[in-house]
Amino acid sequence: MASNDEIRAQIPQIGPDQIALLERLSNAVGVSGEENEVRAIVLEAVKPFADEVKVDALGNVLVTRKAKTANPVRVMIAAHMDEIGFMLINKDEGGLFSFEKIGGIDVRQLVGKTVLVGKKRVPGVIGARPIHFTTPEERRNLIPMDQLRIDLGPGGADLARVGDRATFATRFKQAGPSLMGKALDDRLGVATLIELVKHAPEHVELLAAFTVQEEIGLRGARVAAYAFNPDLAVVIDSTPANDLPVWDGSENARYNTRLDAGPSIYVADGATLSDPRLLRWLFETGDALGIPYQLRQPGGGGTDAGAIHRVRGGVPSVSISVPGRYAHTAIGLARLSDWQNTLALVFAALMRLDDRLLADERR
Amino acid sequence: MKNLIQKLVETISPSGYEGTVRDLIRAEVEPLADEVRVDALGNLIVRKGKKGPNGVRVMFSAHMDEIGVMATHIDEKGFVRFTTIGGVRPHTCVGGRVHFITGVQGVIGMERPESPDRQPTFDQLFIDVGATSRADCPVKVGDIAGFTRPFLDLGDKIVAKSMDDRIACAVQIEALRALKKTDHEVYFVFSVQEEVGLRGATTAAYGVDPEIGISVDVTGTGDTPKSGFMEVALGNGPAIKVRDGRMLSDPRLVDLMVKTAEKAKLPYQLEILEGGTTDATAIQMARAGVPASCVSIPCRYIHSPSEMVDYRDVQNAVRLIVELLAHPIVLK
Repeated sequence: MASNDEIRAQIPQIGPDQIALLERLSNAVGVSGEENEVRAIVLEAVKPFADEVKVDALGNVLVTRKAKTANPVRVMIAAHMDEIGFMLINKDEGGLFSFEKIGGIDVRQLVGKTVLVGKKRVPGVIGARPIHFTTPEERRNLIPMDQLRIDLGPGGADLARVGDRATFATRFKQAGPSLMGKALDDRLGVATLIELVKHAPEHVELLAAFTVQEEIGLRGARVAAYAFNPDLAVVIDSTPANDLPVWDGSENARYNTRLDAGPSIYVADGATLSDPRLLRWLFETGDALGIPYQLRQPGGGGTDAGAIHRVRGGVPSVSISVPGRYAHTAIGLARLSDWQNTLALVFAALMRLDDRLLADERR
Repeated sequence: MKNLIQKLVETISPSGYEGTVRDLIRAEVEPLADEVRVDALGNLIVRKGKKGPNGVRVMFSAHMDEIGVMATHIDEKGFVRFTTIGGVRPHTCVGGRVHFITGVQGVIGMERPESPDRQPTFDQLFIDVGATSRADCPVKVGDIAGFTRPFLDLGDKIVAKSMDDRIACAVQIEALRALKKTDHEVYFVFSVQEEVGLRGATTAAYGVDPEIGISVDVTGTGDTPKSGFMEVALGNGPAIKVRDGRMLSDPRLVDLMVKTAEKAKLPYQLEILEGGTTDATAIQMARAGVPASCVSIPCRYIHSPSEMVDYRDVQNAVRLIVELLAHPIVLK
């Protein structure tokens, strides 16, 4: 095994090229079930480094990076390409469209947001009656989904059709150490996994799955794991940082994760109880290399690991997320340092990996 | 058998952290089995017999895991906030005691309720381990704990935490012990992570690839004051499951178990459970599908720290399984 100093020297760095790629990925549209645009960017980025690249029946990009040593550990790393969004369900009058949500979105977040609709990225707005024409009573209540419309403007009826998907129109921005964008969940994971494909350690077989349809039920990951049939799996995702102060000044006991505290490692979420052997592997890696990490507060939610660990005879699995504020809204906010440390922790863990990790049974 | 049951129920092994109870069960089954293995998720898979000319590959599954709690936050004063592992309800928690697998013990307290007739939510509950600050609290975020309560022997009735489903682990161990010769290739699976969604049985069934699947688990009863309506009662024999919240038993397998019980003059009852399910659901859907059912041990106060079963039902469940395996298993 390489020494800690050797590993540290080889950790891939996030620089202007990586941020530019994240910008492209974040701005690309890839609402669950129609991930084409993201997939094209991924394919372009990984092809020069991959031993095998396959797009499977559901649209997952499955990349194999072979080991240069015999009997390597076969590690699946997954990051989902899809994002939350909308689908037009009815053409109303005057360029207005009824729509429904794809993935978990809070209806209160929608009014006044700009969106891009369909393959041609037609700009639209989720409008609402202005304050001039509402009563105080109306303003106290949530506008329910069935009263919201995507407005493409008068004459817009011909610009889109029922079944088209839409996404928030937010453009990516970097503000010093902060990254803001609409689909950082999980393009941060996708960008991280691309770097890992480029810098895969020679003694492991890296099975990179850029998955589809995570946001609507971990659907792509299930078939990807079946195809790869790996020895273990690591999922790289993005999870909410709910680390703002509490309004009454009391202690925030539900922060989930905190910005700038490093990659967040999952012990348990609603879909997976992480393999304790893999947890120790990540903790020991962080401690040995001096890479900061935090525990995501155990609780609900789920990642692709929820599907992967139950495939075939079972796959030891763990998830690690880049924390981000305002997840599943029009704009998320993540920190460069957390992204860099996520890449560093997973890379260093792979460097330290050998078949002793799973030699003993799970406990 | 009561000694074995006591050892099993007094072991703390919540979902995902079944190592301790697995060690205990392995020590019991290793001298009796032809093969013992542990799969990637930690299921203990125990084989007895080889498939003979008239035999089938049959998988039984009893889950080793139990419900529990996991620490989510340690506050400034050293109180531990927690989330649940499996179907824990707030009203069974207050005043209860928990035992972390690290060895730390504590009691569950609650914030002053806004109204005295309101049930607390989990946000209002905390674990007090006797610490005075975050720094001196021996619990870390992510630490897992089970509930504790001593085993109580009331004669025919026995009471403990985690009768669900250690009582079925005991049934499978005793069935294995009693099984001298069989034409079948019998797998007794002691599964993991049932309480969080049948996860262990899903992968175990894929690995075993059985022709018949039978879970062994507890089921509710309708025999306590103002309980919901249910035909099952303690002491009337093991229950043969017809359906539950997520599974319809294969009717041929139900018929076979009923005939087996009648021939052997064993008491039995038929079970229709409105909510909840068992490992049989996961086995039934494995690979290309598996005829499945469940042998249930009637149990009062499920998912409380004091789950009660009738010892005679337990013994008769062992007999039913042994009888089933003593004859050809033909579904018709």
